[in-house]
Amino acid sequence: MSDAYNPRIVGFLCNWCAYTGADLAGVSRARVSSSLHAIRVMCSGRIDPLYVIMAYLKGADGVMGMGCHPGDCHYLKGNYNARRRFVMLESIFKTLGLDGKRIGLWWVSASEGKRFAQVTNEFTELMKTKGPNPFREEMFI
Amino acid sequence: MPKALKMDVEASQGVKNFLKHLLESGKVKGVFALKKMNDSGAVSYSLITSVEELASAEPLMPLMPENAGQALSRLTVKEALKEPVAAVLRPCELRAFTELVKRVQGSEDNLLLISPICAGVFPLSSATDGSWEKQMASYAESSREGKIHPGVRKMCQACTSFIPGRADITVAFAGRKDTGSSCHLILDTPRGEEFAQGAPGTPETVEKEPAELAPLREARAARRSEVFKEIDVQGQKGLIKTFAPCLGCHGCMHVCPICHCVLCVFDSKMYELQPWSIESEPESKGGIRVPSGTLFFHLGRMAHMAVSCVNCGMCSDVCPVNIPVSEVFSMVGDQLQKVFEYVPGRDVEESVPSGTYKEDEFAGIGEQ
Repeated sequence: MSDAYNPRIVGFLCNWCAYTGADLAGVSRARVSSSLHAIRVMCSGRIDPLYVIMAYLKGADGVMGMGCHPGDCHYLKGNYNARRRFVMLESIFKTLGLDGKRIGLWWVSASEGKRFAQVTNEFTELMKTKGPNPFREEMFI
Repeated sequence: MPKALKMDVEASQGVKNFLKHLLESGKVKGVFALKKMNDSGAVSYSLITSVEELASAEPLMPLMPENAGQALSRLTVKEALKEPVAAVLRPCELRAFTELVKRVQGSEDNLLLISPICAGVFPLSSATDGSWEKQMASYAESSREGKIHPGVRKMCQACTSFIPGRADITVAFAGRKDTGSSCHLILDTPRGEEFAQGAPGTPETVEKEPAELAPLREARAARRSEVFKEIDVQGQKGLIKTFAPCLGCHGCMHVCPICHCVLCVFDSKMYELQPWSIESEPESKGGIRVPSGTLFFHLGRMAHMAVSCVNCGMCSDVCPVNIPVSEVFSMVGDQLQKVFEYVPGRDVEESVPSGTYKEDEFAGIGEQ
């Protein structure tokens, strides 16, 4: 292992799509970034904006939300709610001059193991170019 | 042009006379308005049912001891009013009440909503030291001239939503030259007209927002951008600079009319320091602030309610360490409301953006 900077990414994965997709990526032996720390939630609609803000302020270099594609939600409309919440977070981050690129939402279905690996790896690369989240070192939060 | 009732007394007295007529004629069983509590100068929102008690009511007194939306919610959250009540509240308070009714935290049934075209209110600190009373003459004068009074709260100076949108009766106050000797009650709804029948005054028609109000609107809009420029919340550095003095009293949250949750996460055990963070954080950061989670509290609260922020300014007014909470929340709220094309308090039937969705919106999100 090199000493290269390895970002820490917190991912909130919906149980029915993204988490299963992540499983599939594992079973298919796809190469997935080790930066992602996955947290399983029952639905992307369960990702309270507070979770994202907390992870960001506690120093996560990136925060990923993942859920079923629109129309495919196990609970019918949870991912639509999640989408609005991420739009809100984006707007708040923008107004307050915070780095909105460090948070995001992706649709990953249960059959998209490949897509799961791809978006995770891409996001990890992006976070590598950004460097550590400055809040990592911040005592005052 | 909407119908109006013209009275030959100054606005505050005019409203009082109108309320007295409503109460005496039995059209309403109660009046909800600001009332002087005693000689201390304290005022409080009160539900008044007797004409004698109405004598010490001050419906247009420029003070906001509590957002009246929150106060009305307390009265109507468990059960709607059974008898008609006339409520006098400011435009931001009416917006707050509307937002609360949407959230099933109150009911508008049997309420006659009366709201003034608002010239702003003085900070609460001026209520007890009596300084607001000394400024009343200049307040009335600048209101007549359509100017911003320098003594009113900063958020009031920067408020552009000072004309009530959905009152039954609008009191023409700010920006009207004639308010010293006469006043107009604009009857916005059939309900307002119905209650005004037989009330003292002469019927007229007046414009709700005449051209003479334009300079005030412009001045307020200019002040708003100034206020937003004055605060520094850009990035980590700005946010910490602004919120560093926070004591964690959560006063801003408790006076916020939109923050109605009975079990708030920030008042719960979830929010308290966890043993693991007491161990791990000092290790990686060289220390830990106590109380912790200050910025998390403000950003988190923002994510939950800023989209419905009615700019009432209560949070800034009660902050013991003078953090410009309302200024920050309004600035964020303005942008959020633009994204969702949402105006808090515009329509009681309109859903709160965080509680609804459209299938075909924000199509780019999630697909990248």
